[in-house]
Amino acid sequence: MEIRIDNLTKKFGDVVGVEDLTLHIDDGEFVAFLGPSGCGKTTTLLTLAGIYKPTEGLIRFGDRVVNTVQPKDRNIGMVFQSYALYPHMTIFQNIAYPLKLKKTPKKAQNEQVRQVANVMGIGELLDRRPGQLSGGQQQRVALGRALVKEPDVLLFDEPLSNLDARLRLTMRGEIKHLQKNLGITSIYVTHDQVEAMTMADRIAVMNLGQLQAFDAPDELYDRPKTLFVAGFVGNPPMNFIDVDVSQSNGQCVAAADSIQLPVGKERGEPPAGYAGTVVMGIRPEDITIADDGNVNGEIFLVEPLGREDLIDVRVGPHSFILLADTDKQHRAGERVALKFDMTQAQFFDPQTERSLLWN
Amino acid sequence: MSQPDTNPKSSAALVQSRRNALRSYLSAYGFMAPAGVLVIIFFLIPVAIVLYLSVTNLASSNFTSDLAKMEFIGLKNYRTLFNDQFARKIFFNTIFYVLVTLSIFNVGLALIVSLLTTHIDRGAGFVFRALWILPRITSPVVYILIWKRMSAEAPFGILNQINEALGQPTFNYLSTNPWVFVVVVNGFIGVSFGMIIFTSAIESIPKDLLNASLVDGSSRMQRIRYVILPLIRWPLLFVVTYQTLSLLTSFVEIQLLTDGGPGLYRTEVWSLTAYHRALSNYFGNAQWGYGSAFAVLLVMIGVVLAVIYMRVFRFDELIAEPRVEAL
Repeated sequence: MEIRIDNLTKKFGDVVGVEDLTLHIDDGEFVAFLGPSGCGKTTTLLTLAGIYKPTEGLIRFGDRVVNTVQPKDRNIGMVFQSYALYPHMTIFQNIAYPLKLKKTPKKAQNEQVRQVANVMGIGELLDRRPGQLSGGQQQRVALGRALVKEPDVLLFDEPLSNLDARLRLTMRGEIKHLQKNLGITSIYVTHDQVEAMTMADRIAVMNLGQLQAFDAPDELYDRPKTLFVAGFVGNPPMNFIDVDVSQSNGQCVAAADSIQLPVGKERGEPPAGYAGTVVMGIRPEDITIADDGNVNGEIFLVEPLGREDLIDVRVGPHSFILLADTDKQHRAGERVALKFDMTQAQFFDPQTERSLLWN
Repeated sequence: MSQPDTNPKSSAALVQSRRNALRSYLSAYGFMAPAGVLVIIFFLIPVAIVLYLSVTNLASSNFTSDLAKMEFIGLKNYRTLFNDQFARKIFFNTIFYVLVTLSIFNVGLALIVSLLTTHIDRGAGFVFRALWILPRITSPVVYILIWKRMSAEAPFGILNQINEALGQPTFNYLSTNPWVFVVVVNGFIGVSFGMIIFTSAIESIPKDLLNASLVDGSSRMQRIRYVILPLIRWPLLFVVTYQTLSLLTSFVEIQLLTDGGPGLYRTEVWSLTAYHRALSNYFGNAQWGYGSAFAVLLVMIGVVLAVIYMRVFRFDELIAEPRVEAL
């Protein structure tokens, strides 16, 4: 089912939940809505579910405008962060509930519930009640309940946030696998960028009720269109520094205090053409500690992550986060030289916060 | 102790632990004491006195405040009561009054009002519920005066003025339809209790559950039937229980509205009879002993009902310890 959202605005009194959102989702696509709390991602999801009515704009499922269609007539399945299982029903009754409402014959209900339960690996739990199940099992039941009626659209509202880290990893894989197998158009709301990056075909990054970017994960990571996207996507986050970029004799240089960084023409020309200071962004993996580095600094903090160390280096008033091999045994207070891979540098307009490189 | 203790250290520890146990035991009772004293003074002692009065023939004619001088007559009051030609009528009046008021108003309408006001705009729902509380917080005398004005005969009664304006015949409502007014007047007060309990129960149902039901394909009515009502089962049973008992013993509004009339005991209920016999006999002859017998039976019915309710509805499950969830 193709979903087209055009100029969607949802207001609660004077409070704007989502503003002028336009988003086209292809049939069978897995899209993540990513953003911090209060960014409007859940509001958008509940509007798609039909719980909220749009204040303005159009939502289409296929060719049908669903703005005023009741949730029950949308054929959607939804999975909630809190699982939202009915505590007074058994697991069987929970999964059978959508079928019962559709007046599916008892025998067919029985078959379909058992089939879904077996796919979800909860076949033995059908007689229990939600309170007797672990969080992971409950989420499987919730997923089963969403799938049993063979929905056209699957909506996920932070479904893994209440699970422990290890379980989250397994479920992440399972959901992605299931979605690809069934080919159901899915929208997945999360504030966890790792979840969004690993699962989604495309990610809609939202902030303060507005769409910041809608792109494939790699695209968002390599070519962020706004400062917000650059800072939100990626862990550890991108380093930002205010620089002046100048161009002379075909050579571009980004400068801030004592730091002088030559930039290639491709990335250096757009910011050089900008009158005034710009924001430069560089990811931690694009800075290395090397003897031939041209920026000298002092290690302020070393955070061991196991596979690598997260190192905070201070250069004058500036601070850079970077990753280094653990076997280098860096210590706080050590003086080091940094090498910047400027072919990966990003530049942003400080006023509009839009990228100077990609638009 | 049967054996002399040879280990002074363990003996000291034993004494210490016993002292601690005693202390926590005493502090537990200490906390309960204020409530316990109140229950003893204002419930258990009066019940005992009423029990005693019910086996005496104490009345205005042989009044004495000396318990010892009262004349003991055994179960004679109870025999009189069971042979009283009106006791049967009053008993069934009471059952009728409690059942009808409870089902239509205290539970039925309370449920409808709370479901309605939780499905509309929050502010409007709040105002609507606040209005429903007015009958309860109005003094019964004022409240009944309002109803008397409403139901009074033409040309005074408001309802009859409306009838006249519409060219309809007028009625003396309290004499033609006394039960309707007794039930409605009490019901309007009774609604607010269940309404408050049900509303808070409905509002405490997680939003996700309610949304999930809609997404799963339910209409709003189906959601009420399959999700909301089952989830407020306990508050529902609590209101049924509590309001049965409270309706059984309530009589002030009936006394003020019809005083059990019109005619002979048309709307007289058991608790009102106990009051009439013991404290407000028509002939100025207050029969404390006989009235107490009515009161004792009412207390017994109440206690039996309470025990049955607690068993049938398994109230102990309400206070069961929550299960700690293992992952």
